[in-house]
Amino acid sequence: MFSRFRIEFLTCSLLLAACHYAATGIGTDPASSTAGEPATPPVPTAGGVITSALVPGLVHGAATTDPRAAQYYDNAQAVTEGKRLFSQYNCSGCHSNGGGGMGPALMDNEWIYGDRLEQIHQTLVEGRPNGMPSWGGKIPDDQLWQLAAYVRSMSLPQTIAANTDDTPSQNPAPVPRAVEQDRGWSPPPGTTNDYTDLIKGPQ
Amino acid sequence: MRSNLTFAGLILGSFGSVLALAQSVPPPVPQDEVFSRESIGHALAAPTPQAGHTTANPANSPADDGQWTMPSKDYASTRFSSLKELTPQNVMHLSPLLSFSLAVNKGQEAAPIVADNTMFIVTAYPNYVYALDLTKAGAPLKWRFAPKPVPASQGVACCDVVNRGGTVDHGKYIFNTLDGQTIALDVKTGLPVWRTRLGNINIGETLTMAPTVAQGRVYVGNSGADLGVRGRLAALGENTGKLRWRAWSTGPDHDVLIGPQFKPFYAADRGTDLGVKSWPPQAWKIGGGTVWGWVTFDAELNTVYSGISNPGPWNQEQRPGDNKWTAGIFARDPASGEAHWYYQFSPHDNHDYDGVNEQLLLDMPFGGQMRKVLIHIDRNGYVYVIDRHSGQVLSADPYGPVNSSKGVDLQTGRLLVNEDKITRVGRETRDICPTASGAKDWEPSSFSPDTGMIYIPHENICMDWRSMQVSYIAGTPYLGAEVHMKPGPGGNRGALTAWDPVNRRPAWMVKESFPVWSGTVATGGGLVFYGTMDGWFKAVDARTGDLLWKYKVDSGVIGQPVSYRGPDGHQYIAVLSGVGGWTGAVVSGPIDPRDGSAGLGVTAVMADLPKYTTAGGTLYVFSLPH
Repeated sequence: MFSRFRIEFLTCSLLLAACHYAATGIGTDPASSTAGEPATPPVPTAGGVITSALVPGLVHGAATTDPRAAQYYDNAQAVTEGKRLFSQYNCSGCHSNGGGGMGPALMDNEWIYGDRLEQIHQTLVEGRPNGMPSWGGKIPDDQLWQLAAYVRSMSLPQTIAANTDDTPSQNPAPVPRAVEQDRGWSPPPGTTNDYTDLIKGPQ
Repeated sequence: MRSNLTFAGLILGSFGSVLALAQSVPPPVPQDEVFSRESIGHALAAPTPQAGHTTANPANSPADDGQWTMPSKDYASTRFSSLKELTPQNVMHLSPLLSFSLAVNKGQEAAPIVADNTMFIVTAYPNYVYALDLTKAGAPLKWRFAPKPVPASQGVACCDVVNRGGTVDHGKYIFNTLDGQTIALDVKTGLPVWRTRLGNINIGETLTMAPTVAQGRVYVGNSGADLGVRGRLAALGENTGKLRWRAWSTGPDHDVLIGPQFKPFYAADRGTDLGVKSWPPQAWKIGGGTVWGWVTFDAELNTVYSGISNPGPWNQEQRPGDNKWTAGIFARDPASGEAHWYYQFSPHDNHDYDGVNEQLLLDMPFGGQMRKVLIHIDRNGYVYVIDRHSGQVLSADPYGPVNSSKGVDLQTGRLLVNEDKITRVGRETRDICPTASGAKDWEPSSFSPDTGMIYIPHENICMDWRSMQVSYIAGTPYLGAEVHMKPGPGGNRGALTAWDPVNRRPAWMVKESFPVWSGTVATGGGLVFYGTMDGWFKAVDARTGDLLWKYKVDSGVIGQPVSYRGPDGHQYIAVLSGVGGWTGAVVSGPIDPRDGSAGLGVTAVMADLPKYTTAGGTLYVFSLPH
C-alpha cells in the first residue's frame, strides 16, 4: 500500500498544481483560475472542503499514459515474444511460470507497483527495492514492453482459462486495451476521481 | 493420509471474492520405482555392535550444564539434552508456559539459545534479535536489536528469507544477516561489538547459516549457489570480526587452501587445481559450492568440517566434469584453513544435492573396534559414516526412497549414478527420488547416547525435471531447470526416522503428511521433540516412536527445538513456530499455488499446505506445571 501511495505521490509531483489541491482540498471556483495560478478542484462542498476520492494506487488521467504502450495492447506477438524473453532473461528463475518464488507471483491480481503496461514497464526499467533488478538500458526497450505485456497477460482470465495443468502462462492471451478501462471501482457518492480538467489546466 | 492430498483449494480473488480451484497434489511415485535399502546400501564390514557403545567424546560433548549456547548444543552436534525431568510417563502434562511474538511472519529456522538465564532469538529477515530474561515471570525483554539488512537481500534469497540461528560465546551473541553481515552483540547490552560484511547481495550472495564459534574463531559460509555465487568459508577473529582466512570452494588450489597437508582418501580427489580442471573454462567462477549449512568444529581432532552445496547451474550439461569441490565435505585446519581431506558425495551433481547437512561427531563400533566417525545424512539419500581422521567412507545406506543412484562404491568412494535419472536438455526425466531438496534438507538430526539412535527429520518427495540452457546474469537465478515435485512412495511427504548407525537400519519411523522441516532434540528422559509444517509440536518415545504428546501452535514449525534447565532448576522445552523455508514458502512467500513450478518446483507437492496453516512467527516455551 505504501508503495502504491508513493507512485501516486510521484505522479502528483509531476503535476504540482493538481497535487496541491489533492493535498489541501481547498480552492475556489475553477472558472476564476487564470494561467499561472493554481487550478481548483472540481467539487467544492460546504465550507470549501473537497471530499476527495483520491485512493492510493488507482492512478487515473492522461499524465500516466505512456504513448509507447499503445502498440503492445491487443498484440499476440508481443505476449508470445515476452514469454520467450521471460525465460531467456531468467525472470522465470524468480517468478517461475507466474507463480513466484524468490520474487512475487505475477499470475495473481496483486500489483504492488501498478498493473498498467507503462507501470510494469517502469518497474522493469527501474527495478524495485526488495530485490527486483533494474533492466533499463541493459536490454532493448521494445523487449521490456513485450515482457510487460506477457507479465500483464499472466493474470488475465483468458490466460488463466487456457491453463491446462500446473504449468500456467503457456498460452498467454493478448492484453486487451479494455483491461485498462474498467478498474472495477467507482467513486463513492459525493466524491470524484475525475481530475481531468484540473490536470489539463486552464485552456 | 492419501485423502489429505487432494482437495479443492481456495484462492482469494482480487476483490475479496473466493473462487474454487482444482488444486491437488500429484499422485505418489510407485514403490517399485525405487531401490530397496538392502540392494544399494553398502559397508566395509558387517555390524559389530558388541564392540562398544556409540557415544560422543567428552571433548566434543562435555557434561551438560543445562544451557543451550549453540544451535547444535555441542561440538559433536548431538542436540541431546541430558535433562530427565520430562519422561514418557509425565510428558502428557507438558503445558505452554509462555509465548512471544517475533513480529516476523516468515520461516523461522533458528534455535532459541539459552545462556546465563537469558534466551536469545534471531528471526528471519529483517533478522531482529531478542534477549529475554528467563529469571522473571513471562520472560520480559532485556533488549532487542534491529540490524536493518538491505531490503533487496530478500529478492536474492533462494528459498524464503530464513536464518538458522546465532551462538553465544564469551559474552557475545554472534549471528548473520541476510544481506551479508556477521554481527557480534554484547549479551548484556545488545550493542554491537563488531560487524563484518562478508556477502555481496549484488551478485546474489546472502548469509543464512548459523555461525560456528570455537577457539576464538567464528566460521561463516555464504549462500547463493542457485544464483551462481562462488562458495567460500571464512574464519573471523571472535574478538575483532577481522578476517583470519578464507577458503573458496572452487578454483585453483591456493584459493581453496589446498597444500601439502591435503591428503584425500580417494584417488579421484588427488591432483593439482582440480577446482579449475573439473569445470569448463571459467565456469568455476560462477559454479556455486556455497557453505550455507552446518560447519562443525572437532575439539578432539582439532579439525573443522564444512559441507559444500550443489554446483551451478542446475543444468548439468553446461558444466561437464566432477565440478570440484562442490557437493562434498572438507576437513580443514582451524587456524590456517588448510584442507586436510575432502570427500565428494555427489560428483558432477545432476539433481541439486547440496552436501551441507549436519555432521555428527561420534565414537562408534565398526569392524570390531571403536572408530572416530563423522555421520552425515545427505540430500542424495544416504547416511554416510566417515572416518574423521582419513575421510574414508565406512558405510553408506539409504534412509529414504532412492533411485537417482545405485549405491556408493566403497572402493572408489564414488556415487553410482543411475543413468536412467540423469537430467538432460530437451527431455523430461520423471520420478527422480529423492527430490532436489533431498531426502533430507538442512534440518538437523539429534543423537541420544542412551539409545544410540540418530533421530532424522526428513522428506519423502520425488520430482520430474526438465533442463534448459541458461545464461548467467549477475544477481538472478542461474538454474536452467524446471522442476515439479511429487510425493514419494507411500504418499507421506515427511517422516521422522530413528536410525541405528551401527546396524545400518531404521529402528522405527513416524510418517508425516508434510515434510519434517524442523530439527529434532533428544532428551535424557527418553523423549524426542519435533514439529510439523501443519503446526503440531510433538513428543515421541525415543525407543519406540510412540506419540506421547502434541500441541497445536500458531503456524507450522520448521525451527530447531531446544531443552534447557531454567533458573528454578526445572526442564523447559522451547521452539519457534513460523512456517516457511523452501517447502513452506507456498504459505509464507509471495507464491501462487496454481503454478506447480513456483518456488523452485516445491509448489506442486506443497499446494495443499495453505489449507492447514498460515504464516506466523512465535516463540513457545513449555514445561510441566510446577
